[in-house]
Amino acid sequence: MNAPMNTAPSPPRKLRVATTSLAGCFGCHMSFLDIDERLIKLLDLIEFDRSPLTDIKHCGPCDLGLIEGGICNAENVHVLREFRSHCKILVAVGACAINGGLPAQRNHLDLRDVLEEVYQTEHLLGRGGIPNDPELPLPLNKVHPIHEVVKVDYFLPGCPPSADAIWKLLTDLLAGRTPTLGHGLLHYD
Amino acid sequence: MSDTDKIDAVLDRHRRDGTRLMQILREIQEQIGWLSPATLTRVAAAVGWPRAEVSGTASFYSFFHKRPRGRYCVLWSDNITDRMLGNADLMDAMCKKLWLEPGRVSEDGLVSVNTTSCTGMCDQGPALLVNYRAVTRMTQARLGEMVGLIRNETPVAEWPAEWFEVEDNIRRKDILLAHDLVPGQALSAALERGPEEMLAEIKAARLRGRGGAGFSTGLKWEACRNAAGSGDNPAHYVVCNADEGEPGTFKDRVLLTSYADLVFEGMSIAGLVVGASSGLLYLRGEYRYLLEPLESALATRREANLLGKNILGSDFEFDIEIHLGAGAYICGEESALIESLEGKPGRPRIRPPFPVTNGYLGQPTTVNNVETLAASCLIAAHGSEWYAQHGTEKSTGTKLLSVSGDCERPGIYEYPYGVTVRQVLEDCGATDSQAVQNSGPSGVCVAEAEFGRRISFEDLPTAGAFMIFDETRDMFEVARNFAHFFAHESCGFCTPCRVGTTLVRNMMDKIARQHGSPYDIDELFKLHRLMQGASHCGLGNSACNPVFDTLNKFRPAYERRLQSLDYEPAFDLDAALSQARQMTGRDDAAAHLATHLPNGAET
Repeated sequence: MNAPMNTAPSPPRKLRVATTSLAGCFGCHMSFLDIDERLIKLLDLIEFDRSPLTDIKHCGPCDLGLIEGGICNAENVHVLREFRSHCKILVAVGACAINGGLPAQRNHLDLRDVLEEVYQTEHLLGRGGIPNDPELPLPLNKVHPIHEVVKVDYFLPGCPPSADAIWKLLTDLLAGRTPTLGHGLLHYD
Repeated sequence: MSDTDKIDAVLDRHRRDGTRLMQILREIQEQIGWLSPATLTRVAAAVGWPRAEVSGTASFYSFFHKRPRGRYCVLWSDNITDRMLGNADLMDAMCKKLWLEPGRVSEDGLVSVNTTSCTGMCDQGPALLVNYRAVTRMTQARLGEMVGLIRNETPVAEWPAEWFEVEDNIRRKDILLAHDLVPGQALSAALERGPEEMLAEIKAARLRGRGGAGFSTGLKWEACRNAAGSGDNPAHYVVCNADEGEPGTFKDRVLLTSYADLVFEGMSIAGLVVGASSGLLYLRGEYRYLLEPLESALATRREANLLGKNILGSDFEFDIEIHLGAGAYICGEESALIESLEGKPGRPRIRPPFPVTNGYLGQPTTVNNVETLAASCLIAAHGSEWYAQHGTEKSTGTKLLSVSGDCERPGIYEYPYGVTVRQVLEDCGATDSQAVQNSGPSGVCVAEAEFGRRISFEDLPTAGAFMIFDETRDMFEVARNFAHFFAHESCGFCTPCRVGTTLVRNMMDKIARQHGSPYDIDELFKLHRLMQGASHCGLGNSACNPVFDTLNKFRPAYERRLQSLDYEPAFDLDAALSQARQMTGRDDAAAHLATHLPNGAET
């Protein structure tokens, strides 16, 4: 028996998208905004869940999660895990999410030395010792790329990825195509 | 003699020629221990090269030291066969006795202990290099004695001679190892034929390269012969590739130890055919101990008029010089080897042009394996018809196999091409074998079901390594050892190989730490495809072979290490907060992270 056909097809469901910045600088989010007037077109196709754009504090079930920044502290791990468990597709956006990036510059130093120098021994900096309020997330010994903590489906390189590259990724994903950047967005020679 | 006098003497001996930089740096280091910044500056000024280039060469090779290296430098060969013979425990014990961390020079500058890639002593390991002299068959007893000699600062030259004995271990001889030629016999036969006819014989014999790739030797020599030299000093060159770096391979060592005349004579025949008057033998640094015997073999040949001018009364002129490498596997690739001969870092060239037209110093050059050159003597002396009777249709002649691993009689076995893996296993006394790593890490891992396959270019081509693993061995650990090898030996020139080999190594370590998941296995397959397609040379192309083969043939060895079917983090998340906990004194719930989530914990 054939499946019943919809006589009046409803408009396609909008995809729910969540975004966050972990150990990043929000540069990737700024680059996202640089898609400019295409944002209006995009809003016909998606709706935002947790994101700096909505100020929603926790992630609900989503189709797509965009993660900027690497993992430098315990809170990053919790947020990343929340995204992974709610998003069908998770994308590492930008150099820090993919490689650790600038924050990972501290990885050749011992964290104990860093904390000691910043909060205790350096006379212009040290004020009141190493913060230990339980409200504050503890830093990890090293900064990690996000794919070392959860499974990541796609990677969008760049520092930041250009607005066109972000647009290409989103339109590919919305259309069900495997995202590819190719010439002009990733290759330049 | 002061250090600067020593440096200048070396420079003068090499005519202050920058293309001889490898030999200059090695000889200086042998005399004064290491290559200080001042030494490099002095060498650069003398050869007229930018200092950065001299420093680049010194940095590239692992046997060159730009920092003081300790008066005793102990490097344990870390091939899987050494591992199977217990080198890790011995090295551990040595470090404990010397109060050392691996890789660090002791505070008093006395000694450093580290690992190095396979030193080609797989049939008589565990092996090591001490101040770049090869030591075989290490035991706990020898270890204790050695530590004592190091503490007393007894010069290595005065150590027990039997430690440095290297056995040939020839177990099966065929037409090459049982040859009855006297020095000069093959060469005079070649001179009688003349270059054209000699080339025709090589082609008719269907001789193929023994280094693994199996390119037609006749075609290579012909292309080199037909290419014109260029520039102010047009010339043709013959290069013998004795950079036997593929882990598990040691047949060239035996040829150079006991059949050097055959190798030199093969080089001379190649010189005659391609029209070269100069031959270079590139000897891997691990075989430094062979330099003096080889030099004296060359001197004997010169005295016998087998080298030099008017060889055997003809107008053929040819001589051979030995260059030593300095611990870089990549230099086994012919264009990287040529770069190294020219004093540069051993990075493979972009090809074409191929070495046969633009090789050493830009001149037509034929680069041949030690065994290929030796085999050409048999063809010169006995003719192509006789030679082609041996072996198979597309793989004429015989092949030397370096047999090591789990068997009663490791060593050198010569077989006509076409021998089955099973036959070799029987002959060397291997029982309960589960796999053979044929042709080394870059070759093929052959599982028991395939032991009927034949060593030949038609089926299983090989560069000579034949490492046997019995059923007590863990094939995942075999592949992991090889992954570390490739990550160490990648020359760093192209990103797919430089980054890829490291990612593969890290992923194998992650699985070994039981942090793996099916995701990691998918990633390994992806990396294999990417590196095979995108790498600059054969190293990157084949670096994933052992992982790919063992994943296909020994997958349960991986699967039983996987933590779960879901994704697993690469590291222990809770342990990653340890330093911050220590510094803040916190131990509340928020100061911990669960590495494994209970179901639904985040929702």
